[in-house]
Amino acid sequence: MTRIRFHQSLEDLKENLLVMAGLAEQAIQRAIEAYRVRDISICDLVTRSEVAINRMERDIDQAALDLLAMEQPMAGDLRFILSVIRINADLERVGDAAKSISDRVRQMDQMPLVELPVDIPRMAALAGDMVRKSLQAFIEANAEQARIVLTMDDAVDAMNRAAYKALTKVMEEQSHLAPQALSALMISRSLERVADHATNIAEDVIFWVQGTDVRHNKGLPVKQNATANAEPQASAD
Amino acid sequence: MGVGIEVTNLNAWYGTNHTLQEINLNIPANHATALIGPSGCGKSTFVRCLNRMHETNPIARVTGSVKMGEMDIYAGAKPVQIRRRVGMVFQRPNPFPTMSIYDNVASGLKLNGYTNRRVLDETVERSLKKAALWDEVKNDLKKKSGASLSGGQQQRLCIARALAVDPEVLLMDEPASALDPVSTSKIEDLIFELKSQYTIVIVTHNMQQAARVAEKTGFFLNGRLVEFDSTHKIFTNPSDKRTEDYITGRFG
Repeated sequence: MTRIRFHQSLEDLKENLLVMAGLAEQAIQRAIEAYRVRDISICDLVTRSEVAINRMERDIDQAALDLLAMEQPMAGDLRFILSVIRINADLERVGDAAKSISDRVRQMDQMPLVELPVDIPRMAALAGDMVRKSLQAFIEANAEQARIVLTMDDAVDAMNRAAYKALTKVMEEQSHLAPQALSALMISRSLERVADHATNIAEDVIFWVQGTDVRHNKGLPVKQNATANAEPQASAD
Repeated sequence: MGVGIEVTNLNAWYGTNHTLQEINLNIPANHATALIGPSGCGKSTFVRCLNRMHETNPIARVTGSVKMGEMDIYAGAKPVQIRRRVGMVFQRPNPFPTMSIYDNVASGLKLNGYTNRRVLDETVERSLKKAALWDEVKNDLKKKSGASLSGGQQQRLCIARALAVDPEVLLMDEPASALDPVSTSKIEDLIFELKSQYTIVIVTHNMQQAARVAEKTGFFLNGRLVEFDSTHKIFTNPSDKRTEDYITGRFG
């Protein structure tokens, strides 16, 4: 084994990303708990964790940049660092989504509590499960597990579409409930984004582990661009 | 123009030491091919088999076939004939120290019997231009010796000397390992320029260099060719774990 310090730095990078992942996951859970019990004090916790997540995003980016500049990583190491940079950005946006949900909860707290035709906790459970599974795939370097996450996104999208349909109907037919319905709609939209970020993370895990780019292609490998994989002509003169 | 090289069942020995074992690969014409691997893996021996330099050592032996175009260099061809088609540049620049810059470049032609002054002048100028050295030395061609140039200039002089005999293949054995980063960049730029006209095979320990200049890369280990693929594939997602372990520094 050579380059011991470099490989230790890769381990540190992974560990820091997992700490950040823990914060992002917790922020979503707290935001949904705040929604469920209408507790503004929980929203304050989400706001505080967003600051920590943002700080970690900068630190992880810097550490990844340093490794790229100083160590010129190759192959699996290169793919790992690139994946960390992408996952880092996705986790930061999960944190943003949590903050956005908690902001909506604050607004809803000023409004009368009403029954709305949307099951936010159920949707949150599914999106949260996607985040958890994608991160577990990252921890275990397990591309198969990551592929399972890709199959879950459609269900969240469907729930978001159903929420949109039901809540716009509420807005049309019961205009006095429009503010609550609009907030619920925005929360549903944020959860759908969280699921998208989990999908991105899963795609990054597949790229890291297998070197396969499955983005924007329903989990199937994307053909490399022609110049990158150009095969020189065979040995004819 | 360059010529493709087809290597089949190539084996090489130093005495009883079997240094190259069953090497099979096709080196494409008019491209740069990099050979990487830890010290002692056989990559330099392989390159020396491509111009029959390996057998200049009395205890060395080669079997197998190396075809350059239609010519099998181990089936009847004369070494001198082969080395006219195959230029070589070594790790340390080795200009003839007492010769002028001009004579260094013209030496190969003179050795082959060319005496026409105009032909020699034109060839020296063309070769130095191809080696990106002309502008730096054109006023001192006959005044200065090859040894008076900087290390990077000497290496480009050696490349010009190799190009002067109009080879089809250019072998480079760690051509920039003794040079500073600026000179290294110039050599790499040069390889990039030349590879459309010559078949270039470069041995390097600098993997970033291989990634920058070569379309194809071969990884040698313990006398065997472990993997040969597009450089992009080798450095981003190699197929063999031994390649991955070597280029990521997990051994070697």
